[in-house]
Amino acid sequence: MTHSKYDGHSPPEGDWRREYWRKNLRLMVILLSIWFIVSFGCGILFVEQLNKIEIVGFPLGFWFAQQGSIYAFLVLILIYALRMDRLDDEYGVSERNGDGERL
Amino acid sequence: MSEIQLWTTIFIVLSFGVYIYIAWRSRVNETESFYVAKHGVPTVANGAAIAADWMSAASFISMAGLLAFLGSDGSVYLMGWTGGYVLLAMLIAPYLRKWGKYTVPEFVGERYNETVRTVAAAAAIIISFTYVVGQMNGGGIVFSRFLGIGLTGGVLIAAGVIFIYAVLGGMKGITWTQVAQYTVLIVAYLIPAVAVAQQVTGFPIPQVSFGTILDELNAIGTEMGLQEYTQAFAQQPMIDMFLVTLALMIGTAGLPHVIIRFYTTRTVRGSRHSAFWALLFIAILYTTAPAVGAFTKLNLLEGVKGTAVDALPQWISNWSTTGLVSIKEGAETINSVSNDPAVGADLTINNDILVLASPEIAGLPAPIIGLVAAGGMAAALSTAAGLLLVISSSVSHDFYFRRIRKHADDHERLLVGRIAMGLAVVVAIVAGINPPAFVAEVVAFAFGMAASSFFPAIVLGIFWKRCNAKGAAAGIVVGLGFTITYMIWTLDVFGTTANDYILGISPQGIGAVGAAVNFIVAIIVSKLTSPPPKHIEEMVENMRYPAVTAQSGARTAPGSESAGRPEGGES
Repeated sequence: MTHSKYDGHSPPEGDWRREYWRKNLRLMVILLSIWFIVSFGCGILFVEQLNKIEIVGFPLGFWFAQQGSIYAFLVLILIYALRMDRLDDEYGVSERNGDGERL
Repeated sequence: MSEIQLWTTIFIVLSFGVYIYIAWRSRVNETESFYVAKHGVPTVANGAAIAADWMSAASFISMAGLLAFLGSDGSVYLMGWTGGYVLLAMLIAPYLRKWGKYTVPEFVGERYNETVRTVAAAAAIIISFTYVVGQMNGGGIVFSRFLGIGLTGGVLIAAGVIFIYAVLGGMKGITWTQVAQYTVLIVAYLIPAVAVAQQVTGFPIPQVSFGTILDELNAIGTEMGLQEYTQAFAQQPMIDMFLVTLALMIGTAGLPHVIIRFYTTRTVRGSRHSAFWALLFIAILYTTAPAVGAFTKLNLLEGVKGTAVDALPQWISNWSTTGLVSIKEGAETINSVSNDPAVGADLTINNDILVLASPEIAGLPAPIIGLVAAGGMAAALSTAAGLLLVISSSVSHDFYFRRIRKHADDHERLLVGRIAMGLAVVVAIVAGINPPAFVAEVVAFAFGMAASSFFPAIVLGIFWKRCNAKGAAAGIVVGLGFTITYMIWTLDVFGTTANDYILGISPQGIGAVGAAVNFIVAIIVSKLTSPPPKHIEEMVENMRYPAVTAQSGARTAPGSESAGRPEGGES
């Protein structure tokens, strides 16, 4: 089966492509918004306000700029990679060998 | 030979031996292995190789020192050099891997036209070249301090080793040696960092424990004539912090030697996951660096504060022979410290020595110091090798075979690739020994140039089918022209005089504005001219789906079969 998602719906040919792409873009926009907020937001634009809060010795804005944003980037890429694996499977565009195993 | 020299020699000889052994094991005999390791590098290994490729002598040797003196404002480098991977993973890597060829200019050429390709190849060579010179020099510093060989000898040895494994193994050899180099450099970075964290705070995880010394550091820093460590915007205004961070992120995502690493994975999925592993491996060093900076600065300040000049710790005299540490003439006790000679502080310390000297400053044993030296070498070598590959592939693949010999067979392509690599190494040796005066200035701005040229052209090429050759070319020319003009306006390179910053924007940050200019110009010009031909729209469409099955009735992109991997296995 190629796109199990459409079982019983029988959509017009080619439409699944637009839907796949739109879902990809939506995921991207959400994750990139978080990317912007943790780095440019917490680490630069609002760093002074956040620095008034202190956690285990770190002023919070300073912590975001030098530690937190990097951890967040890592999580964002992981979420993206895993969600895209799922999306690829859903639309039957994941890369598999002749036996249907992931390459 | 001192104990430090002995240990340094042992670690450097051992690590070099490993690199050459790996190179011999992974030597190649075909073009596809030489340029993209046959698209066959496992995901985690590719991540480690990207990390080693990315983390240069500057990351390893200079960054913690830079952070130590910039304090909070140094965050631009931490965020800028890691945040770019988010952009790479989501906007560039998977699509270029799906398209599946050898170089970045090649993509631009196929998506737009040959003129854009030639411009891109020239830009790739210039950016990579300025970068390589810095690496060679970084390697030279390690050799001259720890082994007393001198810069010339150091550069020659480093280049010789790179020459062997890069010419022999191409991308395949480089990738597997980079995996080994990553291991060496991260171990060399973490051991002293953990030891110092344990020594200063009693808690061995530096990322967590450096919080506890920040108050102390703020206090002692102000006493010694420095600004508060955690004070935001002490040296740069907010707008500049914002733009520099953005320029570094976009530049990272646009650097050709980073992008081509994602071509080496087996699958599109592999390229997404490689981005995760790469950033994980990078983050281990990048989250440790601010801790190393803070601990070393505290140790340093406590060690010299109020001390008489003739009673200073031993490491100061060890390092003063390199000229990177100097004591003000006539000073009797040390009451002020700076990294800027112009300040005229009692003790002036160059950023670059802080990591290399940190084990000595903390009084750690000689083997650790030797290990750090080997780590610094690994960082310099791995980045230089990756850059040389870009230069070689741009020269041979994008110029020679594209312009001069269009019908060369695989054997000839490989030979020319190797010769180009050899020549690139020779040029790097010459430039590493006598760095042209402008290189040091320009290298910091390679990011701005990559940000304002490659990044918009690639992203628009993937996400906007309507973008055409005229738009992309106009965008690159205007964006890059704008960026370089501002850099020349604010810097005294090439004999021009430096002017004041406009709106407080430093030349490092201008690349972000240049990228925006590039985007706007490309969109307007594309809109005003005719859309790209049908087959290009199809090419872009096909890049967007990792594998397209026969049932969906789609053709695979022209050229994507060259990867030699099965497509649409589900059918």
